[in-house]
Amino acid sequence: MGEVIVVTSGKGGVGKTTTTANLGLSLALLGHRVALVDADIGLRNLDIILGLENRIVYDLIDVVEGYCRLKQALIKDKRLEALCLLPAAQTRDKSAMSPDQMRSVCSELARDHDYVLVDSPAGIEQGFRNAVAGARRALIVTTPEVTAVRDADRIIGLLEATGIREPELIINRIRPAMVRRGDMMDIDDIIDILAVDLLGVVPEDEAMLISGNRGEPAVLNGSSRAGEAFRNIARRLRGESVTMYELERSRGMFSRIRRMVGVERG
Amino acid sequence: MSAASGHLKAIWNWFRRDRGVGSSCLARERLRLVLVHDRTNTSPGVLEMLREDLIEVISTYMDIDRPAMEMSLSRNGDSVVVIASIPILGVKRQLPGAS
Repeated sequence: MGEVIVVTSGKGGVGKTTTTANLGLSLALLGHRVALVDADIGLRNLDIILGLENRIVYDLIDVVEGYCRLKQALIKDKRLEALCLLPAAQTRDKSAMSPDQMRSVCSELARDHDYVLVDSPAGIEQGFRNAVAGARRALIVTTPEVTAVRDADRIIGLLEATGIREPELIINRIRPAMVRRGDMMDIDDIIDILAVDLLGVVPEDEAMLISGNRGEPAVLNGSSRAGEAFRNIARRLRGESVTMYELERSRGMFSRIRRMVGVERG
Repeated sequence: MSAASGHLKAIWNWFRRDRGVGSSCLARERLRLVLVHDRTNTSPGVLEMLREDLIEVISTYMDIDRPAMEMSLSRNGDSVVVIASIPILGVKRQLPGAS
């Protein structure tokens, strides 16, 4: 029986879909059988990020309404045999399904897959309630912005009520240079405020936009720093202990000198 | 401040320049405040009303320095506390109901 994990955030545009795609591919690269579920009904995007948009025949709503079997709606990834996508319906809305229906789809998927990752829509309404319904575990994606962290806090509160155990945080799009000059909240600030466990940190990376353009997630790109961060997060997700992404790596000469003379903690 | 210590300070500031002097401090403080209200389901306006009522009650007994008064909600572990700092200028000699 596999594990069902929801990827959520409250706020839109922080990188839920990108995170779902990259973690899914990473886990499949590590040899796991992975199913990705796009729960953003009416605004489907996970197919585009994965480059699978041309292969969609049936979708999640077709499955719950009985127009096809679950297996028929699953799209096999063109790169990795072990990965498949259950796309969202594009012309329907969140009210087309219920949390109970999501629960049964997730448990059916968990029978044949090691990991089922559910990409949640933004917001806290029915789409969110559907997305979390089948999940035992939650990943919260945020960025170092006041608005995104506030929304993440709200989501953490709502998840508590659903019985999902300790949610884990992914801080996306951190910009080390801005953190260093004190113009961006750092990892400790955010962890301290939200009081949740940190699963990983992903640096801002132009390669992410290019990946989206191409439909080739960044984890497939060996030179992308964000891709590397996502590969590490995937390994932590399955229980490996991997050192956190180091902001220090990009530090300049002056910073190193300041640390050497002891005026800055390392 | 002498010129020499001014220079020293400038050098010190240069060394310290990446330690939270930018807008991230402001982000952190604003976030802390707004989350206290979010989590306790109280609007900032309610705190303002409480503040006015507190002033009224305390003023019955004491003269207070209103402009210097500070009041905020704060998190203390799992619980939320109201913290008020109300400087007292003097105790009133004639109390209500004493006559």
